[in-house]
Amino acid sequence: MLKNRIIPCLDVKNGRVVKGINFVDLKDAGDPVEQAKIYSDGGADEICFLDITASNENRDTIYEVVEKTSKKCFVPLTVGGGVRSIDDINKLLNSGADKVSINTAAVQNSKVVEDSSRKFGSQCIVVAIDAKRKDDGWEIFTHGGRNPTGINALEFASKMEKCGAGELLVTSMDKDGTQSGYDIELMHKISSMVNIPVIASGGVGTLDHLVDGIKSGASAVLAASIFHYGTYSVNEAKQYLASKDIPVRI
Amino acid sequence: MNVTIVDYKSGNISSVINSFNEVAKGKVNIEITSDLNKIKSSDKVVLPGQGSFKSCIDSLNSINGLIDTLSEFALNNKKPLLGICVGLQMFADVGYEEVESKGLGWISGKVSKIDNQNGKFKLPHIGWNQINIIKDSKIFKDIENNSHMYFVHSYEFIPKNKSVTSATTDYSSNIVCAVEKENIFGTQFHPEKSDKTGLKIIDNFINL
Repeated sequence: MLKNRIIPCLDVKNGRVVKGINFVDLKDAGDPVEQAKIYSDGGADEICFLDITASNENRDTIYEVVEKTSKKCFVPLTVGGGVRSIDDINKLLNSGADKVSINTAAVQNSKVVEDSSRKFGSQCIVVAIDAKRKDDGWEIFTHGGRNPTGINALEFASKMEKCGAGELLVTSMDKDGTQSGYDIELMHKISSMVNIPVIASGGVGTLDHLVDGIKSGASAVLAASIFHYGTYSVNEAKQYLASKDIPVRI
Repeated sequence: MNVTIVDYKSGNISSVINSFNEVAKGKVNIEITSDLNKIKSSDKVVLPGQGSFKSCIDSLNSINGLIDTLSEFALNNKKPLLGICVGLQMFADVGYEEVESKGLGWISGKVSKIDNQNGKFKLPHIGWNQINIIKDSKIFKDIENNSHMYFVHSYEFIPKNKSVTSATTDYSSNIVCAVEKENIFGTQFHPEKSDKTGLKIIDNFINL
């Protein structure tokens, strides 16, 4: 039976982890490689890096991070943030990323998704959707949630599936950072509408939120803070899900 | 010993390279090449594959003499060869991804889309699934039955002769996820992304 995935996400800026787990035995708490290794050793089903480097000069730091991580972690590695072109995707994959997540570029030009999924295969193209409630639905935002687009999230999700995305990483901007749980309605609507896997993101504060995320229909749950701050380990999260009869890899 | 990972521009093979280097740790020489002479002289060959069946077959065909060299290696000289993901699928006679395309024909069978039962099963089949070992395979030495492996695919290999199947996985139906035919091995899952258990399979192949 296919297991539900737990994916810890690390925010990386200028090659360093911004929010990170603070373990006493960690030699360098800012080292993304070391942090990723802790996650993969702890049973993470995948690792996600979100590059939030703002300046262009430091953009290349992520390639080095990915290269080093992929030599130490033998679980899938997804990298997103600032991915603009086929060339960016190519560089990340060559550095050792297994999947690349595309956000702003996918909204601005869906051909990037079409072309990249044809060139590299759908399996490595994840479209990241940042959605915020508006009226009766959800509107998507770009540029790390700064720019509204007027585009309906459900329509966009469906379009991305047709363009060849292999997975959708859906983040609720209303919930992100609140630790009050995923936007269950959003996750349910999108995952029941598309036939590709959905990764739920934004808002996890407790282990029950992970359970709710999977029950909403998502194939995987992504979380940052609860793992970063050591509230729970990945293994504890998995044990808890298993105790609620949710199939996970233990 | 020389193990060659065939680099035929079939997409992203850095994870395959990293995992073999990790397991080999300098004891075994890992080459990444499409050089025909190097392939001929190597002891083992790994055939990765990402993207579609058609794009991988087209890429193999675009390198003059590569398919003949691989066939000679695997079929005539009977040296160990491991196909991963689409690398395994290409063993078939025919594949139906995008358009009907001719495969290598090393293991009789076809590659078709997984039946998603009217949307009941999401495709691609992505994530960790358990393998059901149905036949002793040399690459499964010290691998427990029901171990988890990492999968990413929408198409499945359906061999004509079921006896080549060494493991299946349950997704919509019992999907063939590992084959062994004499010296030819294949995994539908990605051992290079399946953590310690996956690395053990790579180790078993290297140590054949």
